[in-house]
Amino acid sequence: MMQAVRGIVRRECRLAFLQPGDVLQPIIFLLLVATLFPLALGPNPSMLNAVGAGVIWVSAILAILLSLDGLFKQDQEDGTLEQYMLSPQPLWLLCFTKVVVHWMLTIVPLLIVSPLVAVFFKLSWDMYWALILTLLMGTPILAFIGGIAVSLTIGLNRGGILLGLLVLPLFIPVLIFATSAIDAVVLQLSYNVQLAWIGALLMLTLAFAPQTIAYGLKVSQN
Amino acid sequence: MLQLENVTCERQGRVLFKDLSLTVENGQLLYIEGVNGAGKTTLLRAIAGLHLPTNGTICMNDIKTDSQPAASLLYVGHKSGLNGELSAIENLRFWCNIHNEDTDVDFYEILEILGLVGLEDIPVKQLSAGQTRRVALAKLWLSQADLWVLDEPFTSLDSKGIRLITQKIQSYLAQGFSVVMTSHQPLVDIEPHQTLSLEYQL
Repeated sequence: MMQAVRGIVRRECRLAFLQPGDVLQPIIFLLLVATLFPLALGPNPSMLNAVGAGVIWVSAILAILLSLDGLFKQDQEDGTLEQYMLSPQPLWLLCFTKVVVHWMLTIVPLLIVSPLVAVFFKLSWDMYWALILTLLMGTPILAFIGGIAVSLTIGLNRGGILLGLLVLPLFIPVLIFATSAIDAVVLQLSYNVQLAWIGALLMLTLAFAPQTIAYGLKVSQN
Repeated sequence: MLQLENVTCERQGRVLFKDLSLTVENGQLLYIEGVNGAGKTTLLRAIAGLHLPTNGTICMNDIKTDSQPAASLLYVGHKSGLNGELSAIENLRFWCNIHNEDTDVDFYEILEILGLVGLEDIPVKQLSAGQTRRVALAKLWLSQADLWVLDEPFTSLDSKGIRLITQKIQSYLAQGFSVVMTSHQPLVDIEPHQTLSLEYQL
């Protein structure tokens, strides 16, 4: 079992190294979108400060959506996905590993560049800390829910647009709790409740998403 | 032993074959023939558990092939299952990893048998169609499965390659395992124990 997990991790890291574009694309997208807002809204610090966290979260969601398209695409085209199905390992475990590695390789870099973006919006240290915490706990939920949608749309020719329509409404709860946590910081309140909610959503997603992704992939193979 | 009972498969609303029942004993070769679109690939995918039949059951040693985790079988289809960016060795090692096969084998030796000396470490996308096919078929040397499901294994192979794969199939059958395959090339040096002809149905 560990052999399969290690194999997937090694392969995905190697592919990310060979095709750095897949990793860089979401980062560049996030930086570009976040740069456009201060230019469009003007340099008024209070205004930027008020919209900052929301803008960063929305840009991160769009960047994740952009990266999701490639989650299983190559594997579907070259037939690796068929071989995943025929593995003696449970398919949900392979899907779980795949999504976690995808999160590590494409979404964690977004967290690393986020301090730079926070400077654009003059976020205070407390606001930045809340932003990082919500991103850290919220983005795995987005990756797993996105994985379900990808598994269902993989057999379709124009899955990309459908993917957005399917996934964005499901991202709303996470977005609401995350931005509400950052609002709480501005009002100098505790945001433990919001974090607890995001944590609960994360646990729920971790429990059900891998099985659902596996089932979706199996149905899409038909 | 592979058993098909009353299997019916549909594709896009068209019935490909109906109430198909057959048994492939250990050590037997089932050869499936038919025109394009007759449903050969769909039948093979159903046997491998990748396509869910509309009706009927497919069992390998009394275990349904579409159950989870998958039955002990090797499927080599039209798609190579190889990532073009990775080398032949990396692809094969990854395949062994997810299939619980031994990774201590000498991949170089297997690729040498297949005539791929010097091509082990270059990305698969730079290989020719026939060479890619050979890398995909290297799984025949790595697999410990009880059943091989081969969809057009000879496509884009040269005559020497076809002979090599035929010999490998022969020795596998001699060990008491079963093979299900399709091919548009006539089989040479090997006599199928059963032949199934699929008709194109409207």
